[in-house]
Amino acid sequence: MQTYLNTFLALVLLLNLLALGTSRLPTVIRLVTLQGGLIGLLPLLIHSPWRPESVVLAIATLLTKGILIPSILIKALREVQIRREIEPLIGILPSMLLGALGTGLALLFASLLPLIPGQANSLLVPASLATVLTGCIFLTSRMKAVSQVVGYLILENGIFIFGLLMLEAMPFMVEMGLLLDLVVCIFVSGIILNHIKDTFDSLDTRLLTALKEDTSWPQK
Amino acid sequence: MELNITVSIIFIATLLHLASGIPGFFLGRRSPMGQYLAALMAVIGSLMGLWGALLILNGPASGYYELPWGLPIGHFTLQLDGLTSFFLIPIFIMGALGAIYGLGYWKQSEHPENGRQLRFFYGILVGSMSLVVMARDGIFFLIAWEAMALSAYFLITTEDQDEKVRQAGWIYLVATHAGSLCLFGLFALFYRATGHFGFQPFQPGMVSPWILTSIFFLALIGFGFKAGIFPLHFWLPGAHANAPSHVSALMSGVMIKMGVYGILRVCWMIPSPPLSWGIILLILGTLSSLLGVLYALGQHDLKRLLAYHSIENIGIIFMGLGLSLVGRSCHHPDLIILGMAGCLLHIWNHGLFKSLLFLGAGSVIHATGTRQIDKMGGLSKTMPYTGGLFLLGAVAICGLPPLNGFISELFIYLGLFKTLMNGSGTQAVPFSLGLAAPALAMTGALAVACFVKVTGIVFSGEPRSEKAAKSHESPKTMLIPMALLALGCLMIGLLPLLVTPWLDKVIVEGNSELMGIGLKVDYLAPLGWVSGLGMGLLLMIGILFTWLRYRLIREKTPQRGTWDCGYAAPTNRMQYTASSFAQMLVNQFDGILKPKEHRPELKGLFPTSSHFESHIDDSILDRVLKPVIHRIQKGVYQFRWFHQGLTQPYILYIIVTVLILLALSSTLGDRFMSFILP
Repeated sequence: MQTYLNTFLALVLLLNLLALGTSRLPTVIRLVTLQGGLIGLLPLLIHSPWRPESVVLAIATLLTKGILIPSILIKALREVQIRREIEPLIGILPSMLLGALGTGLALLFASLLPLIPGQANSLLVPASLATVLTGCIFLTSRMKAVSQVVGYLILENGIFIFGLLMLEAMPFMVEMGLLLDLVVCIFVSGIILNHIKDTFDSLDTRLLTALKEDTSWPQK
Repeated sequence: MELNITVSIIFIATLLHLASGIPGFFLGRRSPMGQYLAALMAVIGSLMGLWGALLILNGPASGYYELPWGLPIGHFTLQLDGLTSFFLIPIFIMGALGAIYGLGYWKQSEHPENGRQLRFFYGILVGSMSLVVMARDGIFFLIAWEAMALSAYFLITTEDQDEKVRQAGWIYLVATHAGSLCLFGLFALFYRATGHFGFQPFQPGMVSPWILTSIFFLALIGFGFKAGIFPLHFWLPGAHANAPSHVSALMSGVMIKMGVYGILRVCWMIPSPPLSWGIILLILGTLSSLLGVLYALGQHDLKRLLAYHSIENIGIIFMGLGLSLVGRSCHHPDLIILGMAGCLLHIWNHGLFKSLLFLGAGSVIHATGTRQIDKMGGLSKTMPYTGGLFLLGAVAICGLPPLNGFISELFIYLGLFKTLMNGSGTQAVPFSLGLAAPALAMTGALAVACFVKVTGIVFSGEPRSEKAAKSHESPKTMLIPMALLALGCLMIGLLPLLVTPWLDKVIVEGNSELMGIGLKVDYLAPLGWVSGLGMGLLLMIGILFTWLRYRLIREKTPQRGTWDCGYAAPTNRMQYTASSFAQMLVNQFDGILKPKEHRPELKGLFPTSSHFESHIDDSILDRVLKPVIHRIQKGVYQFRWFHQGLTQPYILYIIVTVLILLALSSTLGDRFMSFILP
């Protein structure tokens, strides 16, 4: 099982870099969908005798991350008619390099952590750290609102992987609640995207600075 | 009776208050049913609560009770002892009276937009105060304390469409949370000292002196904010002035006493307090009482003026508290008893007469539509009952016999005189503490001046505005609560021996060293004489009043304007104003008060109409806090560069912070943790 698990996690890491390396938004969404699907299968790989909780969690994750959320995002994208992330703060290639660097550092950092022997060899910890980092790069460097949503999704994927470490300790309800939160969050984001488009006629989040409070203080 | 039953009675009473505002939300915006239901629940709750509290005051104290509700830390432990019951009585009295008063003062049909919200938070405030005094666990106490603080915030900002109300609420919120912060520190130290959050007395020698000192000062600041002791009083005038009047009455009469309760509870847990603590409390109390009354003198806003008198009276309460602490440090039982008796009884008394005055002020404001004293006048003709009851409250707050304020101040005077007479076997008490007695006397005299001004300008003379001329007496729902409070003032003033057994019980409970001595409050103060003389005085006033009344009716005096001094064509604007009446005294103290006057410039032989205005800024809020905060804001303004208004940099800040913390915790994590948790 361990080898399968590590293969899957390596694929997840690869998808991180691919997502960072493309500017076409439908492609990014597809990549994240694939990543979500892979992550959904992880609970089944960790615990070899399948327990009902792992099965339910896997099915629920596959449904939400693999089908529900992507369809909401694709629909939102179609409505706002936008295809590319044109002017990211950090360019496509540099952000990919940054992601690779982050992955390397995550591997290094995870080897320093005092993990229990069973998990020392697995890629679970470095993969989760690297995925969180990728999400953060997305969130800080991309300007389109859709990319922001994708960034949050990748970030959440990283947290999900970390949560698998504690599948036995963490109550099943917490995982399910997180999934529900995520669906609601993406659903709301889809609506917000439409409103941003309507109001500013663009999806560039830089225009949102117009909502910032008055900076003319202090007058005296 | 079983103590379990007493606890249940009081707990149900608390729940009734907490829930009293809820039914209103299910009724229509203009339906009057909600307010009647709320008042009914409050009255039933209060009657039950008073019954339970009196059972405890007359019987043994209850043990500890723990409610079976889960909390991650702490327990829902509560206990009913003498001190708790002593504070429960004003809470429940004002809880019910305020709810009844609200029926006339804040009718749902006249205030559909905020009436329900007001009643909801009023119930929460009363119920949470009752939980505050019952709680015996730090965490439970803090939960109740925050519920109290926040519900008071929502009550102050009832009329939140007004900018000034919002500002007053904001200042209150900042002050109360600054206090809460100190309380969090206080209970953290409790935990460090004892290993639990319970309120058990510390064993002598168990806790190091510097922790005890920190506990005392954190309690003094944290609870001092709530009590409104100088210089932590700055939130009080604005908050009391801008809240609806029955809320001001509840806050001033009862809520600020929760601060005194907290300090008292903490002081009682500490085995032998150093002498300096008592002296600090005494000095703070003296300062507070003097400055409170001085600032009150210069106010034109009726409710602001009353609010400054709250600061004065909290000062008097602190003087009693300080005196009793000095007594404990010097092993001087007379001082403990007289100081505590003055402190405790003044808590009740101030609750009675200040609530009465605020309700009276509310009645006046209801009739005239303004809080400005200078727009009132001659109201005793149109509102005779309000006028009479307000006058009675004014006499009581000035500490004049035969009313209740005199009794509690008498205890403190007697205690201060005793500091000059050291008995045998007691440690010497600093001689200079006796100087607080003349300060208290001066406070009393200035209070008389201030209330002569208020009753004179508001109720005597001729109306200064059209609204004052057309004012009308308030409905019975507003007058009856006032009459009941006035009756309370009169009862304690005339028959103080009725309440002294309760005082004895509470005092002995908190100071176990008094247990075997057998000293009582009645032995130390000539209360029988006071009672007799008070009744004689009342009788004389009665006879004089009837005689004057009889002459007035028999001799058919003509109706004339008051104070027209034989002048042929007076206008009502020529009367004394609130400022001119107090001007002489205000000018005497202008070094402290710093009155600001905006004088008109008169030019030519026939100057056109002009305008004169004077006001007194608050010493702390306007002269210290506002400039300092403005400076700080200016300094912090440079950091606005970080506020780009874009989410991307904000997330970057979070990532950088997390990374720095990660690096810190992995390098010096262990050392840092060992610093916090030894």
